[in-house]
Amino acid sequence: MNIHEYQAKDILRGYGVPIPPGDVAATVDEAERIARRIGRTVVVKAQVHAGGRGKAGGVKLAKTPEETREVAGKILGMQIKGLTVEKVLVTDAADIASEAYVGIILDRASKKPVFMVSPAGGIDIEEVAAKTPEKIMRLPIDTRYGLMPFQAMELGFFLYPDATKARAAAKIMQQLYRAFMDNGASLAEINPLVVTPNGDVIALDAKMSIDDNELDRLPKVAALRDESAEEPSEVRARNASLTFIKLDGNVGCVVNGAGLAMATMDLVKYYGGEPANFLDIGGSSNPEKVVNALKIITADPNVKAILFNIFGGITRTDDVANGIVTATKQNPLKVPIVIRLTGTNEEIAVKILTENGFSAMTDMDEAVQRAVKLATGGTAA
Amino acid sequence: MSIFIDKNTTVIVQGITGRDGSFHTRQMIEYGTRIVAGVTPGKGGQKFDAVPIFNTVAEAAKETGANTSVIYVPPMYAADAMMEAAAAGVTLIVAITEGVPVLDMTRVYPFVKERGARLLGPNCPGLISPGKSKVGIIPGRICTPGPVGVVSRSGTLTYEIVYQLTRAGIGQTTCVGIGGDPINGTNFIDCLTAFEQDPETKAVAMMGEIGGTDEQDAARFVKEHMSKPVVGFIAGQTAPPGRRMGHAGAIISGSAGTAAEKIQAFEDAGMGIARRPMDFVELMKARL
Repeated sequence: MNIHEYQAKDILRGYGVPIPPGDVAATVDEAERIARRIGRTVVVKAQVHAGGRGKAGGVKLAKTPEETREVAGKILGMQIKGLTVEKVLVTDAADIASEAYVGIILDRASKKPVFMVSPAGGIDIEEVAAKTPEKIMRLPIDTRYGLMPFQAMELGFFLYPDATKARAAAKIMQQLYRAFMDNGASLAEINPLVVTPNGDVIALDAKMSIDDNELDRLPKVAALRDESAEEPSEVRARNASLTFIKLDGNVGCVVNGAGLAMATMDLVKYYGGEPANFLDIGGSSNPEKVVNALKIITADPNVKAILFNIFGGITRTDDVANGIVTATKQNPLKVPIVIRLTGTNEEIAVKILTENGFSAMTDMDEAVQRAVKLATGGTAA
Repeated sequence: MSIFIDKNTTVIVQGITGRDGSFHTRQMIEYGTRIVAGVTPGKGGQKFDAVPIFNTVAEAAKETGANTSVIYVPPMYAADAMMEAAAAGVTLIVAITEGVPVLDMTRVYPFVKERGARLLGPNCPGLISPGKSKVGIIPGRICTPGPVGVVSRSGTLTYEIVYQLTRAGIGQTTCVGIGGDPINGTNFIDCLTAFEQDPETKAVAMMGEIGGTDEQDAARFVKEHMSKPVVGFIAGQTAPPGRRMGHAGAIISGSAGTAAEKIQAFEDAGMGIARRPMDFVELMKARL
């Protein structure tokens, strides 16, 4: 789960990370009021779950409260990578002497959280890694011991040769690490960490992603989810315990298991079609899940054909068949459907489908070809 | 022969009285797996069908001498269950549970490793050596004994491909699902190493996914250390960058971990490449 910059900053402030004053606004009035309170030049920053906000025109300076109002008016409602900006962060525009990067990323290779710090901050860290890798220090952390003070100092001195600044940075590393662990993060980033002209070390931007598997035991973190910042169909799917990602194609896919779902989408593409979505109905799927899955898929006007691909292991294919029958009785389909199922209770499933006027296939390859043909306007064989 | 499990494997089921644990315990027994004990704290002394239940894994291991444990406990307790099994001296730990917090695994992995145990998973379907033993949830009837080793990051996709192989008369030594999570106990290279050493395995089928660099590392291993042919497949060629596709591990971040990169690595290693799941059948036939 991604959270907004202002939410990440609120979390980090709670751990003592120095962050310039600021607040979030959903209207121009609020934005103006915050700017007046800060009383200096401010930055107005779009709060969306997308990178490249600056390049898209979603980050702007404003010298006065009136200018803040004007700038916020332009940013609020703006589209960035298909997402509408509903909120802006209005924050003190600190003066910058130097910029550094500090991040913690859960690393698959070392199987540990890894600190990545670089004195070359403010820009894309991938670019630094590609062009000047010597400017990045990586430090894997054994979570059984945590970040030890000497390690934090090593990181601090890598950023700043000056001991006072290194100590200030080391303290921020400790605070960031605790925030990362306590909030079940998979990523926590301060970019840039800046030194101001009077020598203070402060965090100007913050980003955090949370491991979805943590949300059940961290209700306060789970409550940070901003559904208005997500694709509505994906929100509906999550509330129905389905994993769904909307794509741009016209073949609606309903599959059990993430790997098979991806392989099905790939096969749609292989035969010249375009998948309309990724949808995993999960392991033990009851008919209700199938009904919800069909509702979500048929709500997409781009979908020209629906493809079910079910390999019944734990999933009982008769449950899926019952779900299809129930769903289509409630809302008759306007587009053709191709059903492939094999595995647990296959005979019962085929009987249910046939009695209700559907035909069922057993071969994945043939089913995908047929769905692609139907979606592109051909007639089924 | 087979890898990791065979007829001598004796198994403890952690969470034997739960919904998934009880269902799959019966499935495993029906397949012929030697389930010797179950663990549910507070139910020690009772029985599940004919299987004795213990309060702790330590007790179960001591009383039965079991060498393997399979875990079906809920996600928030799974990390502790894995460490409990390792502390009890079990040498193979198979964690089926989906949804284990990744930070928990940063503690589990070194703990298990330091005790010399092998962890498979979490978020995996387990493994099966057809005709000998199965530990986990892979449906027994889709497999048949034969010369192909199968290793995969996903569940149902593995079933699909194994089923196609079986229907074409190509059997398997062992099918291993390593799981889709970012931090797991056993990786592709561990399985390839074991298949290379197993005299009955003549070829290996490997199913990867987008995200991470495990497949690229595995390809390099194939090139440098494998004498047996390996056929690979990558799921997620149509996945948009940076989106979570069901498996936490399947995230493309930046340039690392795309399907194109992985397929290229397979090509560089001289592996067979299945563009579609069905291609495994012909590619395997040509290599056996």
